[in-house]
Amino acid sequence: MDKDKATAEKNYSQDIFEIRSMMEKSSRFMALSGLSGVLAGVYALIAAYISYQIFYFSDEIIYESLAYQKLSGNVIKLLLVAVATLVMAVGTGFLLSYRRAKKNDQKMWDATARRMLINFGIPLATGGIFVLIMFFKGAIGLLAPATLIFYGLALVNGSKYTYSDIRQLGLLEILLGLASCYFIGYGLLFWTIGFGVLHIIYGAVMYFKYER
Amino acid sequence: MKSYLNNLHKAFENRTRLGVMSALAVNESVSFNELRELLGVTDGNLASHLKALEKEQFIEVQKSFIGRKPNTSYMITKAGKKAFAEHLDALEKLIKEQSK
Repeated sequence: MDKDKATAEKNYSQDIFEIRSMMEKSSRFMALSGLSGVLAGVYALIAAYISYQIFYFSDEIIYESLAYQKLSGNVIKLLLVAVATLVMAVGTGFLLSYRRAKKNDQKMWDATARRMLINFGIPLATGGIFVLIMFFKGAIGLLAPATLIFYGLALVNGSKYTYSDIRQLGLLEILLGLASCYFIGYGLLFWTIGFGVLHIIYGAVMYFKYER
Repeated sequence: MKSYLNNLHKAFENRTRLGVMSALAVNESVSFNELRELLGVTDGNLASHLKALEKEQFIEVQKSFIGRKPNTSYMITKAGKKAFAEHLDALEKLIKEQSK
């Protein structure tokens, strides 16, 4: 009798476990790679260093040249650095998440991945367009803070469809962005913390939590 | 016989059906192919379980076309939500009882 009870209990517990994992698996994208977060952070640190060099060793005042709608050589260089960083970070994210999905026998491109990307993409695209418009209007004082704020909002929005750690990261990015609005002129510093340091910390935490 | 045992629905006594109900409980709608991927079962097996759940009116079917390909999606009904929630509560109570 007792043995029957034990097996029944094990079955019910197993049922509950299955239900939980199915709910999770069908609603959240679980292949997101923490390691790619670490690498993205490293790229950002390198990019920040290069940008700093570009600024630091030139006596040109970037604000002035932009006010006249003239793109100076340095601005072009900075933009190139930014775009290269973005492409590398996103590429790494895709590649490593794809590898993880394969390893776990999941599909990389399923409904959860689509949902996560769409919800992450809406605030991000809005921010991107907003920042571009600001840039062409010559209002570049708040560029760095705006990118941090919109990126944070995108993370918070996308986090509903992937690991909840992302939500925390998003909130921190938003706070950093707001602080950066106040301390204008330290954009690069906040940027380095937000896109470099925080990515490395959160990527590492997620890697040890889920991928090891 | 404890009263809550009546809430353990026969319809959910199988792993595949439990899986289907769980996935539908947290998603607006899930397509046949996605369910098959999630549960790792064969077409025929999944189809027969879905039919059974449909007969109980726990799920509803939505047939549409994506381009030219027919696409069948499933949604949980009000009755299905209620039955599934009762089933989960009953399971919980059972486990509590047994671990006393």
